[in-house]
Amino acid sequence: MVPTHTAADRGAERVVLDAEDIGRALTRISHEILERNKGADGLVLLGIPTRGVPLARRVGSRIQSVEGVSVPVGSLDVTMYRDDLRLRPARGLEHTEIPDSGVDDKTVVLIDDVLYSGRTIRSALDALSDLGRPRNVCLAVLVDRGHRELPIRADFVGKNLPTAHAQKVQVLLEEYDGRDAVLIVDSGPGESAPGSGSMEEDVTEVTR
Amino acid sequence: MKRHLLSAADLDRDEALLILDTAGEMRSLADRPIKKSPALRGRTVVNLFFEDSTRTRISFEAAGKRLSADVINFSAKGSSLSKGESLKDTALTLEAMGADAVVIRHSASGAPHRLANSGWVRSSVVNAGDGTHEHPTQALLDAFTMRRHLGDLDGRRIAIVGDVLHSRVARSNALLLATLGAEVTLVAPPTLLPVGVETWPVTTSYDLDATLPKSDAVMMLRVQRERMNAAFFPSAREYSRRYGLDARRMGLLDAHAIVMHPGPMIRGMEISADVADSERSVIVEQVTNGVAVRMAVLYLLLSGSGEAPETSENNTTAGTEALA
Amino acid sequence: MSEHLIRGASVLGGEPADLLLRDGVIAELGPGLSAAGAEIVDADGLVALPGLVDLHTHLREPGREDAETVLTGTQAAARGGFTTVHAMANTEPVADTAGGVEQVWRLGREGGYCDVAAVGAVTVGLAGERLAELGAMAESAARVRVFSDDGKCVSDAVLMRRALEYVKAFDGVVAQHAQEPRLTEGAQMNEGELSGVLGLAGWPAVAEEAIVARDCLLAAHVGSRLHVCHVSTKGSVDIVRWAKSRGCQVSAEVTPHHLLLTDELASTYDPVYKVNPPLRTREDVEALRAGLADGTIDCVATDHAPHPSEDKDCEWANAAFGMMGLETALSVVQEAMVDTGLLDWPGVADRMSGAPARIGRITGQGRSLEVGAPANVVLYDPSVRRPVDPADSASLSRNTPYAERELPGHVVATFLRGKPTVLDGKLQ
Repeated sequence: MVPTHTAADRGAERVVLDAEDIGRALTRISHEILERNKGADGLVLLGIPTRGVPLARRVGSRIQSVEGVSVPVGSLDVTMYRDDLRLRPARGLEHTEIPDSGVDDKTVVLIDDVLYSGRTIRSALDALSDLGRPRNVCLAVLVDRGHRELPIRADFVGKNLPTAHAQKVQVLLEEYDGRDAVLIVDSGPGESAPGSGSMEEDVTEVTR
Repeated sequence: MKRHLLSAADLDRDEALLILDTAGEMRSLADRPIKKSPALRGRTVVNLFFEDSTRTRISFEAAGKRLSADVINFSAKGSSLSKGESLKDTALTLEAMGADAVVIRHSASGAPHRLANSGWVRSSVVNAGDGTHEHPTQALLDAFTMRRHLGDLDGRRIAIVGDVLHSRVARSNALLLATLGAEVTLVAPPTLLPVGVETWPVTTSYDLDATLPKSDAVMMLRVQRERMNAAFFPSAREYSRRYGLDARRMGLLDAHAIVMHPGPMIRGMEISADVADSERSVIVEQVTNGVAVRMAVLYLLLSGSGEAPETSENNTTAGTEALA
Repeated sequence: MSEHLIRGASVLGGEPADLLLRDGVIAELGPGLSAAGAEIVDADGLVALPGLVDLHTHLREPGREDAETVLTGTQAAARGGFTTVHAMANTEPVADTAGGVEQVWRLGREGGYCDVAAVGAVTVGLAGERLAELGAMAESAARVRVFSDDGKCVSDAVLMRRALEYVKAFDGVVAQHAQEPRLTEGAQMNEGELSGVLGLAGWPAVAEEAIVARDCLLAAHVGSRLHVCHVSTKGSVDIVRWAKSRGCQVSAEVTPHHLLLTDELASTYDPVYKVNPPLRTREDVEALRAGLADGTIDCVATDHAPHPSEDKDCEWANAAFGMMGLETALSVVQEAMVDTGLLDWPGVADRMSGAPARIGRITGQGRSLEVGAPANVVLYDPSVRRPVDPADSASLSRNTPYAERELPGHVVATFLRGKPTVLDGKLQ
């Protein structure tokens, strides 16, 4: 799915990470995870839909190529745990897939594209605790754009990206959007276009 | 999603697929250590059953509870419902109790429509079977079950066999399956097909043997013996011989085809015991899937504000109202 | 006695003329009348029709005074332009004795809003088993001429034959509610495409037509008068047309609602649209309009059937059959017949006054507007159009199927033997 909106539709947009930047960031994150965990033992990577999931797979394959072992990768949908569930129209669920190994006593790495208010991660922690009891949980994100509303921080960050509230961070991934890029979009009159690229997984922006 | 689920005809293809896909996720909850989600915490679901149906009520009850809703059962036996309290008065009571959703089973066709459209209640209304009209969640769970075995239903051939005239399951299934692109054949003696069936999005046949080899799924409907007395067919024996599914007939099915029944079955009448218990039969699985499908329906009807996504202010107001 | 001078009314839709009503009759008729002391009624733009006669009204008294009484029903009738209504026999107790019919007739006289002609039951208790004392009712003060088990069909062919024969002795007529009972067990709505979809038990057209055909043949065989109540199907119209062409003494009525509404309204599951016989299809409506226009159907009869809200504010299957009709009848006929060009005002006068009075053998009603005729006059304004407000009714009930629907026309005044029962649209 290629974004059909032009820059003029929603104000100026600026590429802050291109495909190579994203590749390098994920490689670095993969190494950091291995370093922190002292290897791939007991690791479970859970991507948060939608764009966290391909990111988790990419991290998984990088770890495999480095360590030569396959790390369980899954997805964790947080929709039913959102704190704004009833403030918005009902939404379909994304797929949750927990690897057969489960999460009990594992080191779970939650992986998402953008960290913003922290509310998505809060939801993810709740969802995770209904699935089992990991030994520890850490968080990897491609972009941290600041403006946290909860005491949550990322353990592994692809890029810290200072932004204004009015701006939007858009993550495009090959798997969904046909190309890899991270854009900053100055909100124009056209406003957000859900579905064409990820506009923040953190929903506070929309409901604020 | 619309605010109510009264008829399978309320659902367009996208909405039906959204429910079925959501049900797929809900089903996996059952395999987890904690079979529960907080999605409907603080919401109240009332099961209003004017007609006995333990299976359907339990299914909705489990669905509501797994989503953390408060579930209140209000059944005809031993309540004011059996003392002649009107639907209207009951509805006003539920409204006063702050029900967010009313799941209603009623022997009168259209009772859920009345509840939803009369202005008596503000809650969402889910039709859990009304008279000889519809039973949309049954159709959804049947479609869900078929999709698990047959994949996409587009172009799949489904035979629905038996007392179509009196069957709410058949009505809802015919509508939903047509929406999903399946080719439905209703098989029954002419006396048990409704007037005007030629305008339904289905084909009809009087000949089960000719239909079975061309079917990917065959759904047997319950046929009550009492129908015999109203001359719908001469005898139970003749009915079974012409329209019952026995081992010989099952042999006419393709290898991949499945056998379904919405229950409760009358073994020996429309279905023989060996067929009901055979490997092709997905009848037990239908029950399991019922909970997941009803979770999906309740979740999609109740979890959100029910408002279109416009400004944040609107959404907040709507959410507050729903809480009140 | 008061005098009224109606100025400038369009008599049966014709040229404006004045009518002087004095001593209960039309004393003078013509342009430019004057009468000292007479109350002037400005009828500019209004159509003058003879007082309407309804062959088919449910007044509910005795027994269901919560739904309607003779007084409130006749008040509603007056507001609808009626000067005579026939009170159906299905009260509690059933009007199947001389005493019973006299009670209703007398209550009507005491009210003074509209004459009440009592309909006597054909069979005792409407049970369809043995004849009621038809002769005694005919000879009573109520002078019953119309006999009907309406609400139930006299389905037994022998009983029907005997009733038809027996009423010949006093020039009576049997008004049949044509409904084959076995074909309509549990029936809820017209049997057709929609009943199958809605899961409501069907009331097939053949259940009406089979009885209409049988009764026409019986009436011809014994040489009696038959009246077919609320004809609702195209097939029935065809059968009546055929029977009349063979010289059978059959008359027929159609209700306003069957001239306007169709079975699609059942898809709301709102029981205000539940009626017996049920609302039929568009094709049936067209055939009924054509039948009324060409005289195959003799008259319009309201089948005014008031019900308290608890009998309608419920599930369709549990609701009572029937809808109100007196106050909206003329408006519906204008909408369905006049504004469509199918019937002119003289035609309306015939179908809603002359013909029903003839069928019911009512003297002093249904006469044309001429000097010397009883002063039963309606002044009707066909030019207005407004939504029907269920609360704006003299009836005790509110089950009008036209709520919120816009209908044309408005009864401005009704005179019963010279006395205004409605003036300026208000009950007197």
